[in-house]
Amino acid sequence: MNAWPFIVAAYALTVGGTIAVTAWSYVAMRRAEGDAAALSDRS
Amino acid sequence: MHVYANPARFLKIARPLTAWLGWAGGAMILAALAWGLFYTPPERLQGESVRILYVHVPAAWLAMAGWSAIAAASLAQLVWRHPLATIAARAVSVPGALFTALCLATGSLWGRPTWGTYWEWDGRMTSMLVLLFLYAGFIALAGAEKEKGGEGRLTAIFGLVGAVNLPIIHYSVTWWNTLHQGQSISFVRGRSSIDGSMLWPLLVSALGFSLLFGAIVLMRMRAELARNKVEARMKRMVAP
Repeated sequence: MNAWPFIVAAYALTVGGTIAVTAWSYVAMRRAEGDAAALSDRS
Repeated sequence: MHVYANPARFLKIARPLTAWLGWAGGAMILAALAWGLFYTPPERLQGESVRILYVHVPAAWLAMAGWSAIAAASLAQLVWRHPLATIAARAVSVPGALFTALCLATGSLWGRPTWGTYWEWDGRMTSMLVLLFLYAGFIALAGAEKEKGGEGRLTAIFGLVGAVNLPIIHYSVTWWNTLHQGQSISFVRGRSSIDGSMLWPLLVSALGFSLLFGAIVLMRMRAELARNKVEARMKRMVAP
C-alpha cells in the first residue's frame, strides 16, 4: 500500500490544526489586551 | 511558586517568553518536519509510514503532558489557592484537547498502511480516546463554572481525578497484550530502541511542538488575564 497519501494527510492535519489554534490564541490575546489597554487609557 | 501569583509579575515574564517560545518552537517544528519527511530513511518494517511518527509522537506526548499540567494546576488551586492556577488549567485544556485529537487522527492514518486498520479497541488507543473525552468534559465544566461565577473547585477536582487515566495510558502497552507497539524510549533508563537517524528528528519535533505549546498556553493565559481585568473594571464602573 502506498503510504504517502496517509503521510500527507497526517502532516496537513497536524500543521493545519497547530496553525489554527496558534492563530486563534494570538488573535484572542491581542484583542483582549487591546480592550484592556483601551479601558485603562479612558480612565 | 507564589512569587508568580502576582499577575503583573507573571506578565512581565510571560510577554517576552511568549514570542521567544513561539518563534523557537515554530523554527524547530519546520526543521524537524522537513528532516523527517525528506532526509530520514524508511523503516525496515513500517516503510515510509514511519514518517507519520514525527507528528504522532509529539502529539501523544503533549496530550499527556497537557493533562499532567492540568492536574498540577488543579492541585495548586485546591491546596494553595494559587490565583493563576485556574487560568493556567483552562489555558492548557484547549491545546491539550487539540493534540489529543491529532494524536488519535495521525495514529489512525499510521495504522491503516501499517496494521491494515484505522482503529482497533486496543488499550492504548481506547485510553487515549478516554483522555479526549476528559478534555471535552474539563472544557465544558470550566466554562459552566466560570459562567456561574464559581471558583472552579469542581473543575479542579475533575482535573485531579482525570489524572488517573495517565498511568493507564502509559502502562497500557505493558499491562495488556495490545496491537500498539511497546515503549521505544525510556527517559528514566536513558535508553531508546530507535535508530539515531530517526530518533533525533523525533526529539527535535517533540521539543519544537512543546515550545510552541508553551507559547499557546501563555497567549491564552494573557488573554484571560486581560479579559478578567476588563470585567473587573467594568463592574467597578457600573457599581453605585
